[in-house]
Amino acid sequence: MTPEIGAGAVVVALVLAVYGSAAAAAGALTGRPNLVVSAQHAALGVFVLVTGALLLLVHAFLTFDFSIRYVATNTNLGTPFYYRITAVWGALEGSIVLWAWMLALYTLIVVLRHRQDSRELYPWALAVMLGVLAFFLLVMTVPAPVFQRLSPVPPDGRGLNPLLEDTGMITHPVCLYLGFTGFTVPFAFAVAALATGRVGDTWIALTRRWTLIAWYFLSLGLLIGGWWSYHVLGWGGYWAWDPVENAAFMPWLTGTAFLHSVMIQERRRMLKLWNITLVVLTFSLTLFGTFLTRSGVIASVHAFTQGSIGAFFLGILALVVLVSLGLIAWRWDDLRAEGALDSVVSRESAFLLNNVFLVAAAFTVFFGTVFPLLSEAVRGEKVSVGAPFFNLVNLPLFLALIFLMGVGPLIAWRRASLANLKRNFVAPVLLGIITAGVFRLVGTASALTVLTMALTMFTAAAVAVDFVRAVRTRLRTGEGLLGAAGGLLVRHNRRYGGFAVHLGVLVIALGVMGSHAWSVQTEATLKRGEATELAGYKVRFDGLAAREESNHFKVVGTFTVSDGKPDFAVLRPSKKFYPQEQSPIAGVDYRLGLKEDVYLVLGDFARDGSHATIKLQINRLVSWIWIGGLIITLGTILAILPERRRPA
Amino acid sequence: MRQHRKFLVGGVIIALALGYLVYAGVTQSAVYFVTPGELRAAPVAGKAYRLGGMVVPGTLKWEPQTLALAFSLSDGKATVLVRHRGTPPDLFGEGRGAVVEGRWNRDGYFEASLILAKHSEEYKAPHDPSQAGHKELLKTLKGPQP
Repeated sequence: MTPEIGAGAVVVALVLAVYGSAAAAAGALTGRPNLVVSAQHAALGVFVLVTGALLLLVHAFLTFDFSIRYVATNTNLGTPFYYRITAVWGALEGSIVLWAWMLALYTLIVVLRHRQDSRELYPWALAVMLGVLAFFLLVMTVPAPVFQRLSPVPPDGRGLNPLLEDTGMITHPVCLYLGFTGFTVPFAFAVAALATGRVGDTWIALTRRWTLIAWYFLSLGLLIGGWWSYHVLGWGGYWAWDPVENAAFMPWLTGTAFLHSVMIQERRRMLKLWNITLVVLTFSLTLFGTFLTRSGVIASVHAFTQGSIGAFFLGILALVVLVSLGLIAWRWDDLRAEGALDSVVSRESAFLLNNVFLVAAAFTVFFGTVFPLLSEAVRGEKVSVGAPFFNLVNLPLFLALIFLMGVGPLIAWRRASLANLKRNFVAPVLLGIITAGVFRLVGTASALTVLTMALTMFTAAAVAVDFVRAVRTRLRTGEGLLGAAGGLLVRHNRRYGGFAVHLGVLVIALGVMGSHAWSVQTEATLKRGEATELAGYKVRFDGLAAREESNHFKVVGTFTVSDGKPDFAVLRPSKKFYPQEQSPIAGVDYRLGLKEDVYLVLGDFARDGSHATIKLQINRLVSWIWIGGLIITLGTILAILPERRRPA
Repeated sequence: MRQHRKFLVGGVIIALALGYLVYAGVTQSAVYFVTPGELRAAPVAGKAYRLGGMVVPGTLKWEPQTLALAFSLSDGKATVLVRHRGTPPDLFGEGRGAVVEGRWNRDGYFEASLILAKHSEEYKAPHDPSQAGHKELLKTLKGPQP
């Protein structure tokens, strides 16, 4: 009965969502509050039903209910407990369920939080949220039904894709989807702003925290994805410019632009049209990403392709873009800026440039990702551009963004005077130049590395100069050092939270630069007892052993690593043989460090254990990427706290 | 209005620079998708290709000591000899699909810098006879090991 109950719940939820969306819109148009209240009840009903469907699915996975095709395809009797839960979203149909559940949750929170504080915008926003939710429930009903009965019921299932048996897979999709779905809220309020004609900064003030939360989860999802790639896939990298990664990166870029450009509207009442466009673009890109990766139009390593689902996403994408453009055209006159740009050397200008570069980066990623399609359509040749394209094109953009990150928050609004520039930037510029000089003299770095280091130093110094000066000002009022610093963070939490996020991004930039510039690797075949050397590390092959695990069979190598001193580490990379897979999966072993990671992959091996082929990498500064993620987390928490600043 | 013009000029400069970057990026990193038949018909030395086909059974040679890997890729019409230095990837094997990226060498072979094995989506029964192979491996490895 489980499949029928689950499918039934989804259909009822779909009907309720469609009703709720229509009721909220009707309530907004006629001004009848009872219609909006009815829509709220529908939203609650949808949440309960989708939660029920999700729990039913989890239960089916935990109890090995192979009468459901999805369960039988993505689990088997050997799948460990935790991975039976994560297997729920391990493939297409289940990931849509998770997506819909999060959207239902967000919708409910919007109801709880905003039904009082924005009587004009809220009904329309609710209508949009429920409309988008209805779309995902439609996808769950027609092209990707998760509760499909399998008969006859097989005695055992096929099993989860072994690459997904990892703790990163618990959090990575959850974060990514929380980010994707999170952008629905600012989008919904933007549409509400257009529908009501209240395109001032009410919708922006209401959704500021929502945008931050969505942005944060998307960032975290991307970072955890990188971590998963680094420690599971065994190629020693964290980012491959794969279409699936690009699909998540594009909305991150435009979302980041939006996060910054709203500040200009709040402060100067400019960029109204631009902000609406950015949020529509960001939301559209989350849909486009799903279309790209789920429709099979572009081959990707980790795309699960499936029939007609692409058409559904293309349809909603077209609808979203057309309706948004129509609304924007309708409200064109209201979207005009009230302020004007006064000078090229000003904070507005720095923010504008930041937006231009971020959107340009998003455009180039988009262009590179769909390039095979374009070239086949235009010239009939199948041509793709890979990582070199993305690296080359994005590098100058990201370097410019790092520079602007230092300039933007400190330069004066409207028109920066020479005194303002001197006061804020002399020390950082000097520090940047000194950094460049030192790296140049040491002589181990390319011109590009020197430039990156100098820019990073400049920006870090700019942030530090500002903070130190503010602390000093407070010290003069007689506060203690800790009290002054703490008070500053609490009272200006939005500003300094943002600065902390910037520092996190800088730290990530250092990690990315270091791993690109200074990592080394080698491949070698070693006899038992033989050793190879790389960058001061000696890796000796001590032997192979075999083990049976609950759902796979494992060959483990033992390697002693020494760095001059004995007993640095013993690494045990492995090869895992899953019965349902045609080929073994590599199990990486590594020793992480702040300066460098020793990263070891077992390649080929002799069946009698006499020799083994390994790939050894010394990856420099990679850990700082994860540390940067941590700093971003702290910064976001600080920025999201309610502002305590007393009105000036 | 002078400010307005400055922003306009700045915008045009950024757009031109971006256009140039994209153009340079495409020309430098374009990889052409070909089949062994297409490559055989008109091979251009030095051009970046992505070549897809099936690994011809009996042609796969892999020397662990030198890491030299050689095999032939076929699309049924023509075969191309591929050479690579490195360990074959996990999903790679004779009779299976593979995609290799690299350049055509004047000496008449394809020099691959990257090998991607193609994952076939076909269903495989969880408990099939090849498990017996694992059991044997378990024994041979357990034997003399500590």
